[in-house]
Parts: sequence; structure tokens; C-alpha cells
Amino acid sequence: MKAAPFEYLRATSLDEAIEALGTPDARALAGGQSLVPLLNLRQARPSLVVDINRLDELSFLRKENGRLEIGALTRHRAVETSAVVRSEIPLLAEALGHVGHVAIRNRGTIGGSLAHADPAAELPAVMVALDADFTVRSASGERTVAARDFFLGPHRTALGRGELLTRISVPSHRGGWAVEELSRRSRDLALVAVFATVTMTGEVCESARIAVAGAGPTPIRATAAEASLTGGPMTGDAIALAAELAAAATDPPGDLHAPADYRREMAAVLTRRALARAKEGA
Amino acid sequence: MITVTLTVNGRTYRADCEPRRTLADFLRHDLGFTGVHVGCEHGVCGSCTITLDGASARACCLLAVQVDGSEIVTVEGLASDGELHPLQESFRKHHGLQCGFCTPGMLATATELLKENPDPTDAEIRQAISGNLCRCTGYQFIVDAVRDAAR
Ligand SMILES: Cc1cc2nc3c(=O)[nH]c(=O)nc-3n(C[C@H](O)[C@H](O)[C@H](O)COP(=O)(O)OP(=O)(O)OC[C@H]3O[C@@H](n4cnc5c(N)ncnc54)[C@H](O)[C@@H]3O)c2cc1C
Repeated sequence: MKAAPFEYLRATSLDEAIEALGTPDARALAGGQSLVPLLNLRQARPSLVVDINRLDELSFLRKENGRLEIGALTRHRAVETSAVVRSEIPLLAEALGHVGHVAIRNRGTIGGSLAHADPAAELPAVMVALDADFTVRSASGERTVAARDFFLGPHRTALGRGELLTRISVPSHRGGWAVEELSRRSRDLALVAVFATVTMTGEVCESARIAVAGAGPTPIRATAAEASLTGGPMTGDAIALAAELAAAATDPPGDLHAPADYRREMAAVLTRRALARAKEGA
Repeated sequence: MITVTLTVNGRTYRADCEPRRTLADFLRHDLGFTGVHVGCEHGVCGSCTITLDGASARACCLLAVQVDGSEIVTVEGLASDGELHPLQESFRKHHGLQCGFCTPGMLATATELLKENPDPTDAEIRQAISGNLCRCTGYQFIVDAVRDAAR
């Protein structure tokens, strides 16, 4: 199919983009890796497409006060292959390797993936696991939204009309970590994926973070599972219990690709594997 | 209508198009690069993969207006001075062509793979081309062709 007609504006400044995004049914265009397919299939019919690709000020990656600051327009591949990301937040680099194939990652952007808010996408869950903060800009100024408050439902976020996601701030993480993903085809969206980080003192778990993608309307942070691990030894039994608690926190969809029960069961299996691997690396 | 300027296979082209025109349709229908094959139109099949400013990209998942000013290489630009590109030669030798529909996208993907990883393992080759669907299921020959071209 072909896209329905729309007006097009190539924004030359952030202010211009934000003003244009105030138009009813306007949509930002970043990498286009989700929006253009939606246009082609006429699942999206915006009145105006605001192309933000020329806004170079939205494309950056730098270390600042123990955090990684990422411009919304930074391409997946640039983040994935960055030496700073590999050393400061290897979980993020590894997770990005699962985001589509290289041709998709060459064009897709960090901000686009987060704003698109696909419940089966890797980045939203990773950001929830890592306690990232998002900067959102509108004509009335800037506000910060925590990743866990940003995702409201499938393809629904805290972004309002006339708001642009501009910056993603992620705390460094050098403890143990793991990505476990089940998908129908290598590098496709997840049927279920689990992102875990663990820090340990000796045999005792100091902190654990677990987020699950593909198992609910938004990424799911498995807080009960995290609490069950914190402060105790990370034995096989402790990990098995945490995996059951994580699965219990999910609310998976059932569709022709996988029934809900199967996804929930896989959430437990993948959490168990992820925690075991994250513990090894901690 | 918006005027779009692109450098394709070393030559500069200017043409008008609607904002909704995908890069794939612009290259294929407006500029005549029929090696850009349009399959699924939502990024899954990989047959429209081209090289855009030095990196692989799905031409169906981009608007032509979005990449105004870019440099593109299509399958038509791989051969030079009447000599096939080593990958093209290898695809021919190993029967990696089959019906030929996925071939331009496979070549763009394999070109990028070998640029970044001149000596890939079979697993790495399979991983790289797993984003390009071959409906003849000729993957083994394609893997053979890429491995041989890497030598
Ligand atoms: C074949 C294929 C496979 C894929 N596989 C995966 C996968 O396995 N995992 C995965 O996570 N993703 C996958 N994707 C999606 C890919 O990651 C996209 O890059 C991403 O979802 C969208 O990023 P984009 O920059 O291309 O955004 P666009 O497509 O340009 O935009 C997406 C949405 O976000 C909005 N938007 C973009 N930027 C901003 C901003 N700064 N502020 C506010 N709103 C904004 C747009 O208006 C639009 O609604 C796949 C895509 C394809 C085509």
C-alpha cells in the first residue's frame, strides 16, 4: 500500500518543530523505521509530518556525572557501537543488538523507539530497568519524566500534543547484567524479553532490577521479584522464586504468535536465566 | 511537490515528488533504478535494502524527502568498469541468485557485513542476512557465496 497524502515540514530549529507539533494530528518523523511503515499501511494518517532529522542538536552521546546523556535523535547503531556505552552500560549496547537488523538500527533513533512505545520493543523495557529519565520539551519549557512513568499503554506515552522527547539520561551500570529474549525470528520484536541487572557484595544481592518486554501493555518492572532478592544470598531457590514473582507480575497478551500462558511461562524461564547470568557477571 | 536531490551511484539526480513518496518508489519509479525491489513495504523483507550515506537502509521505510542531499548506492552501482563486484561474482558462482528478487538487498547487506567484518563466521553471515527474506529459500548458497567472497 501507499501512504495517504500529508503536509510535510522539514524543521530547521527545535522551536519550529515544537510549534508545528502543536498542529492537530501532527507527527514527528525521526528515523521513520516505525512511522513510515505505519504510513505505508495507512495505520497512521497524520495531517502534518514534522521531519526532525536536520536537528543536529538532538543527536549526541556523552558521559556526564556518572550518567549517559543521549540525544533523542541519536541512531541506534551509534549508541550500540559506542565504546562509552559498552563500558558504562553494556546492557544497553547488548539490548540494542536485538533491535531489528543493522539496516533498521542504522536509521532508527533512541527517541523514536521510546516515543513509539511498542510493548514488545527492547528499549522501553531497558530504560525502565535502568531507571532512566527522559527530557520532554514543549513551547512552555522542559520537564523530566521518569521512564517508569512514561509508558502508559501500547503506543501510548506521557507525551502530549506539541511535546518532543529531546534527551534520555541513563545512570551508568557496571554490575552484572543480562538480556534474555525469545522472538520468532532473530532480531524481531520480542515475544518476551527480560532485562536484568544485579549488584552483589560477596554472595549477597545488593540490588536487582528486572524489566520484562512483550508481557503486558507497557514494559513491566518486576518490583516484587527484585525485593525478594535484595539483601539475601542469590541461591538457585532465590532465583527461582524471583522468576515466579516476575512472571506473576506480567499481564501478557495472547495472539496468533503466542498464547498468554506461554508468554507468562517464558517470562519465568527467561527471568531465571537472566538472573543466573547477571549474578555470574556481578 | 518537493524537489529532492540525490547522488545515486556517483551521479546527481533532481526530481519532484510528493512527501509521501518512499525512497524505494522514488529510486525505482522516478529515477529508474529498478534494482530497488519493493516487497513488503514495511521493512520486514529487506528486498529494498540500499546503501545510504555509507550504511545499509531499507528504502521502503524512508521518505525520499527525508534523505534529500544523501548519497546512495543501489545494486546498479556495485559493478564497475564492466567488472562485477566480487560479491556479485560469488553469488553467480555459488547459485546464490535463485529468482533474483531478494538479491539486490542481500548484496547491500553482505557488502556492509564484509566491510565491518572481513572474515565472518557462517553464524555471523546467517545473522546478518536473517533480515532479508529469500522466498526461494536459497540461504545455503547465499551463505556459501558470502563466505567465498570474503576470502
Ligand atoms: C523490520 C523492522 C524490525 C524492527 N524490529 C524491532 C525490534 O526488534 N525491536 C524494536 O524495539 N524495534 C524494532 N523496530 C522499530 C525500530 O526500532 C524503530 O527504529 C523505532 O521503533 C522507531 O524509531 P524511529 O527513529 O525510526 O522513529 P519514527 O519511526 O520516525 O517515529 C516513531 C514514532 O515516534 C514519534 N517520535 C519520533 N521521535 C520523537 C521524538 N523525539 N519526540 C516525540 N515523538 C517522536 C513519531 O512521531 C512516531 O509516532 C523494527 C522496525 C522494522 C521496520
